[in-house]
Amino acid sequence: MGMSAVVVRLEAVALEVGAQRVLRDISLAIPRGGFRWLLGPSGAGKTSLLRLLHLEARPSEGRMELLGRDIGAAPRAALPQLRRRIGMVFQDFRLLPHLSAFDNVALPLRLAGRPEGQVQADVGEMLAWVGLRARTHCHPAELSGGEQQRVAIARAVINRPDLLLADEPTGNLDDTQAQRLMLLLRELSRLGTTIVVATHNDVIVARHPAPALRLATGRLVSADA
Amino acid sequence: MRDVEAQRERAAAARRARRLRPARSDDLGLRRGVAGKLLPFLVAAMAFLASLALAGAIAAAGFSREWQQGPAAALTIQVPDPSAKATDAPQSRLDRVVALLRGSPGIAHVRALSHAEIQKLLQPWLGSGATDGLALPAVVAVRERDGGPALGVITAELRAAAPGTLVDSHGDWTRRIATLAHSIQALAWAMLALVMGVATAVVAIATRAGLVQRRDAVLLVHGLGATDGDIARRFAARATRLAFLGGLGGVVAALPVLGLLAALAAPIAGGIADPTAWMPTLPRGLWLGLAAIPVVCAGIGFATAQVTVRAWLRPLP
Ligand SMILES: Nc1ncnc2c1ncn2[C@@H]1O[C@H](COP(=O)(O)OP(=O)(O)O)[C@@H](O)[C@H]1O
Ligand SMILES: [Mg+2]
Repeated sequence: MGMSAVVVRLEAVALEVGAQRVLRDISLAIPRGGFRWLLGPSGAGKTSLLRLLHLEARPSEGRMELLGRDIGAAPRAALPQLRRRIGMVFQDFRLLPHLSAFDNVALPLRLAGRPEGQVQADVGEMLAWVGLRARTHCHPAELSGGEQQRVAIARAVINRPDLLLADEPTGNLDDTQAQRLMLLLRELSRLGTTIVVATHNDVIVARHPAPALRLATGRLVSADA
Repeated sequence: MRDVEAQRERAAAARRARRLRPARSDDLGLRRGVAGKLLPFLVAAMAFLASLALAGAIAAAGFSREWQQGPAAALTIQVPDPSAKATDAPQSRLDRVVALLRGSPGIAHVRALSHAEIQKLLQPWLGSGATDGLALPAVVAVRERDGGPALGVITAELRAAAPGTLVDSHGDWTRRIATLAHSIQALAWAMLALVMGVATAVVAIATRAGLVQRRDAVLLVHGLGATDGDIARRFAARATRLAFLGGLGGVVAALPVLGLLAALAAPIAGGIADPTAWMPTLPRGLWLGLAAIPVVCAGIGFATAQVTVRAWLRPLP
């Protein structure tokens, strides 16, 4: 990240998917360790903005700076290294069906080439933390929606990412689990992880006040400082 | 019932997980592909054909060498009444014929046989001493140059200088056999190239099928920060292994066939073959070529999978 204290900076960014312009004129900046709610009605473009921040797409227009890199100017070969520093909780989890909960969570560590001993220890600890120690060797098909979501969360944070993105991460969680997740996110934020959470859950937003990015039809209608 | 089953399944899963996992685990589920199971058999079929083609190429090369350089390749030219004067130069007919042959670009080597050699040549036909007092023709042994102008061109000149000169026509035969051998050789190499092309296509198709089948997993791993090289390496490692095994299987399957062919060809090729031998008697070059086939298959598997996967990933951001 270098000297830059700003982890995410967008200037007049637009995103086109096919012929449709799903995001337009987005400008925002999030400092290191910042926490942002990403709010807006269904179809507003929350998932699209997270896809952009996860480098699943490049901006069609405008300038995007992520973790100190100008994404428009970065060669394609530079992106994997950046992605390893970004954790993502997908709305649809995207767990690999042929792998156990353990191996799904271990994926980012193994990709980074961590020694297997460390992988065993870290993944075990993480699964215990999200309350899935007993389900370590279950495959996603054997897990409930909430359990799958917690595996997805564990996979996103196992690597201590600099930027954590979460798309409706409480959609399948009960109240207690949602509270636990918020505690985890707060702790990560305090340790310096920049966090963006897209959600519909007004209760949890009210209970955890934080600056919000509000989207409507692909535009940023308000951004708290 | 179901509980017991589930419990057993969980225990097995736990056992699997306790084993120390290799660093390069099967994250992409490559071991579960249908296309992958078919690949070794398709490659084996290609390697089988490649073995036959290679044997054909090497055998044809051997025949061709035998006929062009062996004793059978020597031509003979008979000059009757050799010491009479030539019609077109102040030389004897024999000297004139030899001079004309030496001056011809199509001829590599010219040698007039001695009287004793001629007698030896004729002995089986006429018996010893039978040639005494016969007016024997002179015999000139000639070796043609590869690719030079045909001897036919100079025949007319020889006849004009020394009427009655006979050019033994088996030069035409060696030429035809050489052409045939060359054609077989060219055909065999073409077949080898074709088989390699088909093997490449087979690996490419299997790899693409594998990518499509695991599309979600590949995209996820890409999103987690896997490089194109990381992903390509996993597919390529598997394709290399399967192609090698397929190549080995194809060559092993071809050995008995090659042994049989070698035994059948032995009398023609001038070799000896023992059809009861456990390992067929094959030329050394063929053994080396056969050993190379699985390696070449592995190389094709590796390179094709690498290129295919990287091309598939390139459109991704
Ligand atoms: N892959 C896609 N193909 C076509 N349209 C898309 C795609 N992704 C998003 N969109 C469109 O972009 C807009 C924003 O979608 P999305 O980002 O999923 O919104 P949200 O997450 O806020 O519900 C919607 O109109 C949706 O139809
Ligand atoms: Mg969405």
